[in-house]
Amino acid sequence: MKELMLGNKAVARGLYEAACAVISSYPGTPSTEITEEAALYDEIYCEWAPNEKVALEVAHGASLGGLRSACAMKHVGLNVAADPLFTISYQGLNAGLVICVADDPGMHSSQNEQDSRHYARAAKVPMLEPADSEEARLFTIKAYELSEKFNTPVFVKMCTRVAHSQSVVEPGQRVCPPRAPYVKDQGKVMMTVNSRNAHVRVEERTRALTAYAEDCELNRVEMGDTALGIITSSTSYQYAKEVFGDKASILKLGMTWPLPEKLLRDFAGKVDRVVVLEELDPIIEDHCRKLGIAVSGKELFPICGEFSQNLVRACMGQEEPKTLSIADAIPPRPPVMCAGCPHRGIFYTLKKQKCMVYGDIGCYTLGAVAPLNAMDLNVCMGASCSGLHGFNLAMGAEGERHSVGVIGDSTFIHSGITGITDIAYNMTNSTIIILDNSITGMTGHQQNPTTGKNLRGEPAGKVDLEALCRAVGFRRVRVVDPYNLARVDAVLKEELAAAEPSVIISRRPCVMIKGTVHKAPLKVNTEKCAGCKSCMRIGCPAIAVRDKKAVIDTTLCVGCGVCTQMCRFDALESGEV
Amino acid sequence: MDTKNIMIVGVGGQGTLLASKVLGHVLLGQGYDVKVSEVHGMSQRGGSVVTYVRYGEKVYSPVIDKGEADVIVSFELLEAARWLEYVKPEGQIITNTQEVEPMPVIIGAAEYPRDLAEKMRAAGAKVDAEDFLALAGEAGSAKAVNIVLMGRLSRYFPEIGIDAWEEALEACVPKKFLELNKKAFALGR
Ligand SMILES: Cc1ncc(C[n+]2csc(CCOP(=O)(O)OP(=O)(O)O)c2C)c(N)n1
Ligand code: SF4
Ligand code: SF4
Repeated sequence: MKELMLGNKAVARGLYEAACAVISSYPGTPSTEITEEAALYDEIYCEWAPNEKVALEVAHGASLGGLRSACAMKHVGLNVAADPLFTISYQGLNAGLVICVADDPGMHSSQNEQDSRHYARAAKVPMLEPADSEEARLFTIKAYELSEKFNTPVFVKMCTRVAHSQSVVEPGQRVCPPRAPYVKDQGKVMMTVNSRNAHVRVEERTRALTAYAEDCELNRVEMGDTALGIITSSTSYQYAKEVFGDKASILKLGMTWPLPEKLLRDFAGKVDRVVVLEELDPIIEDHCRKLGIAVSGKELFPICGEFSQNLVRACMGQEEPKTLSIADAIPPRPPVMCAGCPHRGIFYTLKKQKCMVYGDIGCYTLGAVAPLNAMDLNVCMGASCSGLHGFNLAMGAEGERHSVGVIGDSTFIHSGITGITDIAYNMTNSTIIILDNSITGMTGHQQNPTTGKNLRGEPAGKVDLEALCRAVGFRRVRVVDPYNLARVDAVLKEELAAAEPSVIISRRPCVMIKGTVHKAPLKVNTEKCAGCKSCMRIGCPAIAVRDKKAVIDTTLCVGCGVCTQMCRFDALESGEV
Repeated sequence: MDTKNIMIVGVGGQGTLLASKVLGHVLLGQGYDVKVSEVHGMSQRGGSVVTYVRYGEKVYSPVIDKGEADVIVSFELLEAARWLEYVKPEGQIITNTQEVEPMPVIIGAAEYPRDLAEKMRAAGAKVDAEDFLALAGEAGSAKAVNIVLMGRLSRYFPEIGIDAWEEALEACVPKKFLELNKKAFALGR
């Protein structure tokens, strides 16, 4: 029966129908729902791995063991998984292996806008790019067929607009291929002669895949008016159809690596003018130019940001729809940390103590926005620890006394452990704050190795953060409750002053975790409230001052009591009865 | 039939996702091709959020662009104004009159513009503005404002029968909240 399905759920459906049996992933918007939806099928073992490198290695191991497997990640996750990726491409598989990677043009939830297609080419791994949910399902199934036929991992590349759009899907049946037995093969040890042979095989495979690309069903031509020919893929295809309908001919590439040659030449030969419509980098365009096909591409369309139908209209010299407007400036509505977020007290204190804050990636990145403005920079997961060590190497004692690295629990497990090991081993007097909120918040509340629960919420192993930090060489490991501002202030002062490196673990569960018990919202004692706005300095969205009195939004306030510690007049009173 | 475009806009956490789920269900049931596009992630933390719902014989783009929306359903007044440019000049805006101050306003770095509904009307927009939050409260929970708004939206689609909406509610809303939501829908309609 037809149903409306999220693109990521359709990938999960495809994984299920293709009899994928093992999925290991690390969350990351816009890829997370692939694994979460797949976990709803009892037939698929699903886990959150500590990071994407581990996830890919696990999935590959399962493939060697004879089960179809997969992993899912966001584009930047592929940087982390790149090391195994390049050699798995040489090494080959036993059962099919699919890598789902989701790009984020427009950076709705990402720190950069890199184009994953470069990895397909660099690692010589074929890449399929669905343009809607039904294609997401079908291409995922196809990916397993190709993976086993050509003995290569296969990418299913999503982007935000395909991953997070629902469109109509007609689910099929799960079809299980016979299980491939594991056979020891010395040729799989990747060194010297084996690697050299493997590289030769990979080049042959690419030639075979290129031949496959020439007339496979993944790439299709839709002839319309021949004055204009558009070569496109993924969501750009949808914009092309939206704007031109059949007033242009379209070559839609479902496989964007390896790219065909003859198919492109033939298509170009049938139309008067060829335009390549692709988001981000000019990969198809460059390929066409290399083949000597005259095309226009990035001289018309931007490299930065995501496309839309109006952008295509504007770049192709067409009229855009008429709009209405008013003169008032509309204030922005940036995302903010939730009312009662345990991260807030830490950032308030860091601001107060005028620290240089090397941040990291998570909900706590919101510590950078007004009124806290308490983060100097961030780079990628884990950089807060290693980057701070480097910063302190340059800054010396002056830096060490006033700087901290701030990292979330999930991010710490992902890539922070190696960074703090460097601090302990090479001995800068650096201070790291681990924000242990017992969850992976930013990506929608996934379990991780510090929470004691697995992906399905069942009891699982649990990392002891204090013991781990001690084991890598930290003698000063402190635990604080971030709701206690005075204590956070004192501990931070002590650890910045201490003559050796320290870890401060700020421990308090995220208020958005299901089942977290909240206190009653606070009450404002309007007689005591002086309207001084001191409470506003912590930037809680549940508190505002109107007509010279504090007001609490009782639908948001969780009674954390952090604002009460700001008030000199005791005007914010507990609402508990 | 040309593709029709409905936008649902609001503040992260207000329940826009359930509204689009119900709407998508209704439209699919009418035999249309449907696309629903939403942004997950960072903006769900109290930021400005938008969902695009498109339907027709064959829908291509998953998003709605400036000047293309037939209807904008807004959970909050400032958000209606933020997305005003997206409505067709002859299109319809349905907006809750609730005002949720964004952080720049709370900390005094910006002002919440006044009389937004009137200003949008003066700009030529058709605006159906009401305190839908109060209606949700009347139905039994402020959280049901999403369904109250769907009730009002249904007014503008007389060709779709009430049973299609009720069936969608049954399919999308947990059983224990069904009665409440049916009431909310009726109050909005
Ligand atoms: C390499 C990489 N993988 C995944 C992500 C997506 N991502 C952003 S923040 C985050 C999780 C943060 O969780 P945590 O560190 O526990 O902080 P919280 O959000 O709970 O405060 C993830 C997985 C990313 N940015 N980079
Ligand atoms: S989801 Fe949790 S960690 Fe993220 S901002 Fe909200 S309270 Fe903080
Ligand atoms: S107690 Fe204060 S700081 Fe905590 S959620 Fe309520 S208003 Fe915000």
